[in-house]
Amino acid sequence: MYNYLPSTDSQKSEMLKSLNLKSIDELYSSVPHHLIVENLDIPEGISEFELVSKMKDIANKNTVFATVFRGAGAYRHFIPSIVKHSVSKESFVTAYTPYQPEISQGILQSIFEYQTNICELTGMDVSNASVYDGASAAAEAVSMCRNNKRTKALISGTVDPRVISVIKTYCDAADAELVVFGEKDGLSDLDSLVEMLDETVSSVYIQQPNFYGLIEDCVRVSDIISKSGAKFIMGVNPIAMAILKTPGEVGADIAVGEGQPLGMPLSFGGPFLGFMASKRELLRNLPGRIVGQTKDKNGKRAFVLTLQAREQHIRRDKATSNICSNQALCATTASAYLAAMGPNGLLEVAKQCLSKAHYLKDKLTDLGFSPVYKGEFFHEFLTYSPVPTNIVLEHLEKHGILGGLPLGNRILWCATEVNTRQEIDRMVALLAEVVK
Amino acid sequence: MKLIFEKSVEGRHCASLPKNDVPEFELGDELRRSHPPRLPEVSENELSRHYTSLERRSFGVNSGFFPLGSCTMKYNPKVNEDIAKLEGFTEIHPLAPVNSVSGCIEVLELLKKLLLEITGMDNLTLQPSAGAQGELTGIMMIKKYHQSRNDNRDKIIIPDSAHGTNPATASMCGMKTINIPSNSEGRVDISRLKEVAGEDTAGLMLTNPNTLGVFEKDVLEITDIIHKSGGLNYFDGANLNAIMGVVRPGDMGFDCVHLNLHKTFSTPHGGGGPGSGVLACKEVLSEFLPYPNFFNTSDFYKTEDIPEKSIGRISGFYGNFLVYLKALCYILSLGKTSIPLSAKTAVLNSNYFKNLLSKKYNIPFPNDCMHEFVISMKDEAKNKGVTANHIAKMLIDRNIHPPTVYFPLIVKEALMIEPAETEAKELLDEVAEIFLEIYDIAMNDPEMAKAAPINTEISQPDEVLAARKPVLNFYDEENVDV
Repeated sequence: MYNYLPSTDSQKSEMLKSLNLKSIDELYSSVPHHLIVENLDIPEGISEFELVSKMKDIANKNTVFATVFRGAGAYRHFIPSIVKHSVSKESFVTAYTPYQPEISQGILQSIFEYQTNICELTGMDVSNASVYDGASAAAEAVSMCRNNKRTKALISGTVDPRVISVIKTYCDAADAELVVFGEKDGLSDLDSLVEMLDETVSSVYIQQPNFYGLIEDCVRVSDIISKSGAKFIMGVNPIAMAILKTPGEVGADIAVGEGQPLGMPLSFGGPFLGFMASKRELLRNLPGRIVGQTKDKNGKRAFVLTLQAREQHIRRDKATSNICSNQALCATTASAYLAAMGPNGLLEVAKQCLSKAHYLKDKLTDLGFSPVYKGEFFHEFLTYSPVPTNIVLEHLEKHGILGGLPLGNRILWCATEVNTRQEIDRMVALLAEVVK
Repeated sequence: MKLIFEKSVEGRHCASLPKNDVPEFELGDELRRSHPPRLPEVSENELSRHYTSLERRSFGVNSGFFPLGSCTMKYNPKVNEDIAKLEGFTEIHPLAPVNSVSGCIEVLELLKKLLLEITGMDNLTLQPSAGAQGELTGIMMIKKYHQSRNDNRDKIIIPDSAHGTNPATASMCGMKTINIPSNSEGRVDISRLKEVAGEDTAGLMLTNPNTLGVFEKDVLEITDIIHKSGGLNYFDGANLNAIMGVVRPGDMGFDCVHLNLHKTFSTPHGGGGPGSGVLACKEVLSEFLPYPNFFNTSDFYKTEDIPEKSIGRISGFYGNFLVYLKALCYILSLGKTSIPLSAKTAVLNSNYFKNLLSKKYNIPFPNDCMHEFVISMKDEAKNKGVTANHIAKMLIDRNIHPPTVYFPLIVKEALMIEPAETEAKELLDEVAEIFLEIYDIAMNDPEMAKAAPINTEISQPDEVLAARKPVLNFYDEENVDV
């Protein structure tokens, strides 16, 4: 038993005595007596040593694959040691939301730097301090575009199905309509988008690259939407932003995405990072914390939480979002990662993702895993499988390789900068065994 | 201190990547961005110093006394951080085959079992990433429950002492908020509750102990009134630390509860997150829980075929896994004896500290306080111009993190104080002396109070300017003159 309680029994007695009490239980006199738990049915506590060995045993029951070719919303990238060390600092880890600017300039500045980085990556004007994950960022973006006249949101069928699901959950709660429009050759069907756009549409959501890894024609999407009065929301992969046209360049109104590739390990899906940025005119609709620069009473540069009139603790039932805690430490992680990489490093990561994925695709095509779609892609692509997918993937797993994500008789593959040519060739050789 | 962008020198490097060992693939120009992002270009040494400087300008639980009310700033055990860094947890893909993630599933199931016992509930989801998302999940489920019975109830009853997230959550679910006032004891006004509860009541959101630190002793009557009206009861777990393992929301008539694992169960708050807002419920709400709910099926990831009654997915994957992993470690460490002992010690610390401060400070609702209590500086503000904020800033000069200020809204000039159980008696004695000393200084020389803090790098930043001329990123400065 290890309980982190410092006061000794005799100190506690003194404290009780000063309150004219005989036992702590008297402090619970306003709790109906029969509700007090007599025998909490959980095990007795264990020592730190026992805890570590128990948790190591549990961790060892998981399989850590030496090689991963699976993405689909969670990506394995190289994380420099400096990133992990920077964000493990105790005062970052154990701080609360920076309500008191005088003793929180470090956290506030790190968020301000994060906001700058996100604006640079996405080409947007303003960023918030983060939301929970990419999916909830998407849902919050859809919510912030809705108004009394425009109640319907459109989303492409090529978006990650988990993201569509989360948006739908938020829309259902608000009694708002979410309509999924079709796909053509693995890309958003823009003809059907044109047909569906009317004056009730509040926003259109497109993912770049899309769930199949394909690069959407967002310039054309933007062109179509701009005449309609609806807002264009782009869900983007942050690594791809080093190389692809940004939401700012194509004319999107809001950019959101999953920030996990920016220095966060896979971690069974969390904590990840939802990033969210927009054009300046939508600033006052953005949910969540925002850090701003100002001056202190002596004219010195200072950072504060700002524009709080948007938020729940001021607006209460008039607020459009209830978010308060976000993923601040993950935002700091992303910033440290981007600083460690720099513009050239990030571009190199993106280029290697692109090159390795194309090398992998060529090799797989030769083996009979033919691509489902012809479009240009970033670091993921979908192929048919010449043999049942479970046979393919189980064979790879036996050899320490997590293959692509099975989708029916197709497989969604992913390669990043951490996949070496040797790994790719080895996997291809293993696949040749099952294809025969 | 310089921003990282101001330390940037073109061409400088930090991280190193292996050389590309496959043929280079070039994307067509029409797909490429025209300018590179202006990210910082720094060396590893500079980056290391940068974050060290930023850390020095931050205040964590490790830095000093942190009595931030309703935030439960208890000590965050280091071993839990180490465990959350084990490769067997960090290197697991969320869509890896089920047979390769049995350790993760064991974590989920162990934690589920422990939290259900502690809350007195029947089922739960670990998906919500923060308390506010847990609230949202709970109210979505209550809405769906009524919808499934073809009942159009759309009112959520919320006491005036509630956190702002409660009414905002109700709005996000298309519900209207009915505010009920507190009585002279700082508790729910039962007669008013009876008046407003009726056939349009979807539910009640209650924090207990409430934000004044007062336990709602009529809680059984309160939850019964709502149940009889056909509504459901939601327990806001922000203040669970007062009663963890001592009395259970499930035994008090609540149908669901969210837990802030980053408060009650010691996972660190990270300067604003990531947290974890587990939502636990009674059987009556179980079928409305988010999807996917634990690992009953082998191919859960292949489909978004969400059961009709489930509210759907609330998280891209399964919530903040590494965060709730730390909460599991905490509960396993403390166990049966120390879980309730921690709650009781928190309540003892708070009452002891309140008693020390009551020598000078006005505590408008002094009776039956549990893990926190609220000071009012209303009279001092009126008579001497010394406000809650002035006291807060003076505390900063003494290396104490200020309490929560100006909340709850029902107390004028509020300072909400929560000294967690991991503080020792002698520390409470010491900081109480400082609180009392500051009070005297402020009352004798209000101008001194208004000048605080004086020992910090910056003092009294201009928040009006920040909001009026928002400069929200480094490159903004080119356009906006501060």
